[in-house]
Amino acid sequence: MKKAAIIILILSIGIQFIPMPKNQSNEVPKTDFLQTIEAPVNIQQMIKASCYDCHSNNTNYPWYGRVRPFAWLLQQHIDEGKDELNFSTFQEYSGRMQREKIRSMISQISDGKMPLKEYLWMHPEAELTNDEKEQLIKYLEKLNP
Amino acid sequence: MDTKQSKKMKTTLLTIGLALTIISCNNSKTEQKAADNTAETAAKAENTATNDQEGGKAITPVLDAYLAVKNALVNDNQEEAAKAGGTLATALEGLDISQFDADKQTELQEIVEVAKNHGEHIAESEIGHQREHFEALSQDIKDMTAIVGTDRALYYQYCPMYNDNKGGMWLSASEEIKNPLFGAKMMKCGKVQEVISL
Repeated sequence: MKKAAIIILILSIGIQFIPMPKNQSNEVPKTDFLQTIEAPVNIQQMIKASCYDCHSNNTNYPWYGRVRPFAWLLQQHIDEGKDELNFSTFQEYSGRMQREKIRSMISQISDGKMPLKEYLWMHPEAELTNDEKEQLIKYLEKLNP
Repeated sequence: MDTKQSKKMKTTLLTIGLALTIISCNNSKTEQKAADNTAETAAKAENTATNDQEGGKAITPVLDAYLAVKNALVNDNQEEAAKAGGTLATALEGLDISQFDADKQTELQEIVEVAKNHGEHIAESEIGHQREHFEALSQDIKDMTAIVGTDRALYYQYCPMYNDNKGGMWLSASEEIKNPLFGAKMMKCGKVQEVISL
């Protein structure tokens, strides 16, 4: 039992040294979604708080965010999230793709699929109230007439 | 992280074993996916080699796959729709854009990219989500026929009740209404809005 504990301890310290990328950038690129749409402040705040951790080049890491193995799980979410939609490079999408991404945002929010439940467990502040969802959807629908 | 880490180390250690198990499961899933992708790419290479892509004929594999998705959704068949969605993504990848008018190529490229994205989502979603993507895809395919032409008559059909009465459209090779957005639930909802002829 004691041996096992020591092995786990050594392993869990060891894995902290495996290098991994950090999804953080100091500049807000010109292609950033919020930079280019002139959304009201409350809309911008909602999108930033509820979406940007996984859907942009700038994650606001929680304290355990760099501790493996949580960091790996987190990284996987971020990779998948950015692959689907990256707000930082939104203007690089073609006009048609932008419309598709906005269509998809509306549907994901109204179906309650986004933000992810697993994400909300650790970030209760990112949860959108029904009222907020409505505002957000209304705004996005205006972008996508 | 450094100061707080030691404090929370105990809890971290307890959960670490469990988390490691989860990760190793996830990894093997990813590998499986990668293997599937390789198989798909190989199949695609074969397809492209045998395709005779000229004029309206270039769109044949795309329309075949699109209509296969549609028919599967008419029959409420998620599995078939997923398969056809994958075929569609592959067919779109195989479309040689350089054969079309130079000034239309950018738009066509964008259509192909978005349509491929829909195909990939249809390949891995539950049926409600497949239908959402299919509805959006239908507009892209319609726009595509405006540039590429078509190899068969297509009926642009519209059901006003889809998506909380916002309405939804699709293309069919036959005039008769069989609704892919509702399936058996509302098979007859819709009417022909336009005919895209050869």
